Amino acid sequence: MKYDIQKVKKVLGKDKQFIHGDTALCYGALLAGCNFYGGYPITPASEVFEMMSKLMPKLGGVCIQMEDEIASIASIIGASWTGAKSFTATSGPGFSLMQENFGFACITETPVVIANVQRSGPSTGQPTLGAQGDMMQVRYGSHGDFEIIALAPNTIQETMEFTIKAFNLAEEYRVPVFIMIDGDIGHMREMVTIPQEVELFERKKPKVSPDKYIPFGPGRYGKKKVPEFGVFGTGYHTYVTGLTHNEQGFPATDDQEEHDRLVKRICEKITDDREKLTDIEERNMEDAEVALVSYGMASRSSLGALNMARERGERVGYFRLKNIWPFPEKAIEELSTRVDKIVVVEMNLGQIYHKVKEFADCEVVLSSKIGGEPHSPKEILAEVK
Amino acid sequence: MRKNIRLCGSGGQGIMTAGYILGKAASVFHDYKAVQTQSYGPEARGGAARSEVIISDREIGYCGLMETQYMMVMSQAAFDKYNFDLTEDAIVVLDPDLVPYAEYEDAVMVPATKIAEEMGNKIVANIVMLGAFNEAAYLVPEKALEEAVKDSVPSKFTELNINALREGVNRVKKSKTG
Repeated sequence: MKYDIQKVKKVLGKDKQFIHGDTALCYGALLAGCNFYGGYPITPASEVFEMMSKLMPKLGGVCIQMEDEIASIASIIGASWTGAKSFTATSGPGFSLMQENFGFACITETPVVIANVQRSGPSTGQPTLGAQGDMMQVRYGSHGDFEIIALAPNTIQETMEFTIKAFNLAEEYRVPVFIMIDGDIGHMREMVTIPQEVELFERKKPKVSPDKYIPFGPGRYGKKKVPEFGVFGTGYHTYVTGLTHNEQGFPATDDQEEHDRLVKRICEKITDDREKLTDIEERNMEDAEVALVSYGMASRSSLGALNMARERGERVGYFRLKNIWPFPEKAIEELSTRVDKIVVVEMNLGQIYHKVKEFADCEVVLSSKIGGEPHSPKEILAEVK
Repeated sequence: MRKNIRLCGSGGQGIMTAGYILGKAASVFHDYKAVQTQSYGPEARGGAARSEVIISDREIGYCGLMETQYMMVMSQAAFDKYNFDLTEDAIVVLDPDLVPYAEYEDAVMVPATKIAEEMGNKIVANIVMLGAFNEAAYLVPEKALEEAVKDSVPSKFTELNINALREGVNRVKKSKTG
């Protein structure tokens, strides 16, 4: 299947549509050239799969239902090695099942995109309702040391745009990229405008002949810490293993130096670009004494709180994290020198709150809400005082 | 301007569809901003279903209602569950055959299910209600609502749905003049 944006746009339909977050994930993926979806349905992410099964065949891509979420993530990793831009979406219980293979994608440096339409846990929890309970799991859920990229859109337009961005980042860094929305955004509708043009980043392919190709060696044509990707079936052979491997890709499980080199490289290729990946939206921060730090659905409630506070003449500001991982450490550090107090607003019992506390040098309090209802602005303002 | 709107009834009545059409009318076929949210239980039919729509001429931050200024109701259970946050001058439009015990003085009564049955298809009761609701509450221009209905239903049912919408509009118009 050859990517042609005009063809994609034709399949998506009108330029202005009133769609929900799950549909926006599909639209973003297809606009980014996604041609493989491996999935297993789960509320509130099922509509992503449903929509993909309708649209993907029209574009000549593959949409396959696997036997469970473990197989879904495995299928998109395998598809990526054939050069596909691959994608899956799930929610809490499925996300937990995928953890081992997230680590596999990290150590094998496989570009994949995963959307988590979060619902309340633990376990099957509240299937139809939204939550932000997987913000730590996405970063630390798989075993060992690794880094991933996670984005948190807060509108339907942004959900579509961030999905495109997620594919580009996955290709650029050879890493799993996560779009962390929740059941509320997944099922909420707003108008989106489908872009006329999309800028895409394609993974760097080797230019050397196959016999000179070093699958996990230093990158030569882009980022030094991101090796070139020899797509299966093009003459380049790669031994893809979850074991610690040398630059040739072969297991080097008892070699301390190889392990140190490999794991540090796959972490540093992300953390070296922490500043570049930091994406913050600020409002009314010029004279703010208290900053509302939030992301995703909780940031919509924070906007309500911001407006209410400003109407009362209170010096409250809005500081939204659009990317969560790698964590915007410097931005939080710097923020804490500008305000007296930070209120972290999130739909869990405190996750990103702890990261903010780690880097902020001022008072940090948590405005927490669970149970499937977003915060009301009043609930947030109760923590501002 | 920010209008906080709730549409509610029981699962399977087309409450979500009505909310979807209203939000689409406001944002795609008119220049308002709109957010539509929905919540329902695990049942495909029955259970209280609600769809909330916020329409504004500015960016919409908070996606909840805080208080409800406009409510369309299609079941007694939904009325009982969701009338807790009505403003004092809220406009409530209900189907009296489905909501026989609504304790709300100025509710606009539209027997939408009966009207839809008379039109030959009970399934468009939600669209009759939507037409009546919009006429009573002036949420979006009538033309935008018609465009949104046309854009949202299968083409072979366009005529039926447009007629249903107009029937709802006319009932309220008549009651205003009569």
